[in-house]
Amino acid sequence: MTQAMRSSSPDGVIDPLTTQTAATFTALKCKECGAEYEPKALHVCEYCFGPLEVAYDYSALSRVVTRKSIEAGPKSIWRYRPLLPVATDNPIDVGTGMTPLLQANRLARRLGIKRLFIKNDAVNMPTLSFKDRVVSVALTRARELGFTTVSCASTGNLANSTAAIAAHAGLDCCVFIPSDLEAGKVLGTLIYSPTVMAVQGNYDQVNRLCSEVANTHGWGFVNINLRPYYSEGSKTLGYEVAEQLGWQLPDHVVAPLASGSLFTKIYKGFQEFVKLGLVEDKTVRFSGAQAEGCSPIAQAFREECDFITPVKPNTIAKSIAIGNPADGVYALDIARKTNGSIESVNDQEVVEGIKLLAETEGIFTETAGGTTIATLKKLVEAGKIDPEETTVVYITGNGLKTQEAVQGYIGEPLTIEPKLDSFERALERSRTLDRLEWQQVLV
Amino acid sequence: MAVKVLIPTPLQKFTADQATIECEGQTIAELLDSLEQSFPGIKARLCDEQGNLRRFINFYVNSEDIRFLDGPNTSLQTGDEVSIVPAVAGG
Repeated sequence: MTQAMRSSSPDGVIDPLTTQTAATFTALKCKECGAEYEPKALHVCEYCFGPLEVAYDYSALSRVVTRKSIEAGPKSIWRYRPLLPVATDNPIDVGTGMTPLLQANRLARRLGIKRLFIKNDAVNMPTLSFKDRVVSVALTRARELGFTTVSCASTGNLANSTAAIAAHAGLDCCVFIPSDLEAGKVLGTLIYSPTVMAVQGNYDQVNRLCSEVANTHGWGFVNINLRPYYSEGSKTLGYEVAEQLGWQLPDHVVAPLASGSLFTKIYKGFQEFVKLGLVEDKTVRFSGAQAEGCSPIAQAFREECDFITPVKPNTIAKSIAIGNPADGVYALDIARKTNGSIESVNDQEVVEGIKLLAETEGIFTETAGGTTIATLKKLVEAGKIDPEETTVVYITGNGLKTQEAVQGYIGEPLTIEPKLDSFERALERSRTLDRLEWQQVLV
Repeated sequence: MAVKVLIPTPLQKFTADQATIECEGQTIAELLDSLEQSFPGIKARLCDEQGNLRRFINFYVNSEDIRFLDGPNTSLQTGDEVSIVPAVAGG
């Protein structure tokens, strides 16, 4: 069914000529009590304050979504458009998604396992993190709901993405970040000319402030009042892996845990593909990675608790430093029921994880990725990864944004004179000294 | 002991669309009872059948999460600001 619609073009001007197919989502539904709401800008249940999630008409979806229909779609997350909560046929497509799934043989050998894949969202477009997926969906929906100003509470990557995609879509943008973020993340937001509020506090405090602002300003906060739509964008990380593995599910996934949302949506993505008959059903084990300085979900897992006790973050892994993770209980539940695990690693291990991935696979990830690789290593060492199984590790951000984390741990260039003998002496030295000892030596 | 309470959007229908109200209470627990007296029905939204605060709702006193203070027994002073915020995710 097609009906006339009012959708806006990329510059934000209403374009009455664009058409829209019938939405495949029907309502927002409370994950706790099941109460249903119209699919507007709402994020919590009025009755029990449980989070709202988009509900779809899966019987209608099963008639239109096939492997063929997906393969014929654009090389972006929008190849899965019917499975995403937008009504328009003209979503904001900035080339987000379909990032490489790389077979990581050298890293696998180093760790002692056989079939390891890296889902590399360090090269996601346009801002080099998985957040471009969720923001593309959120801002497309924001436009449909009539918002002209969009906003977010961010640990950095989300601010980059919201500011960039809002610029592309011609939406006004105001983002909120903790004031102590890495320089690359601040600059990588300011460049798109949004209003940036650097809040003197941690992410949880930024989040609280934004909830208060959302109560009084009519803005579309991607991770607050647009959150049910926004979070659905992460499902594409599940879809893509299944498609890229040749329409099958992996045996085990390892992903970073901040709020827990990404983890639950990868799971949902796999489940939906099974429900629609696109892949064969099987149990995929889900393991999560946290940094020790902010590991409330790992702690609850370890202590076999059903609730999350909030913590005050103190870690270099700022992009996943959420002390009060709203989807933590759901992530916990998934790890438990799939026989996965949730581990935490210290900051030194995070840095080692970043280096290990770079040295073995040529991928420079940020601290969240370092946390995930270090956790993978820990899981292998603890015998929690079967060496024969297909394991997929999610790398969600780019190391160029968090250079501070590795400075001082990776050595310096050998400075030489423009002479052959200087080069030869330096080469000799580089073979005898540890790289960290080079330290700007004029050889 | 008057404190300022920030009301989240889903509860503003109880407070005649007011985002900020003044209320009384020596502790968060007392504040909840006082809120219920002024705005009947609001407490059932904030607490479960056993009277415990629902797990997806956060209370802050002067920007500090009450789980880092004394929970529902956190004491309140005149002029304090209490913020009621549903849990949100994503960074």
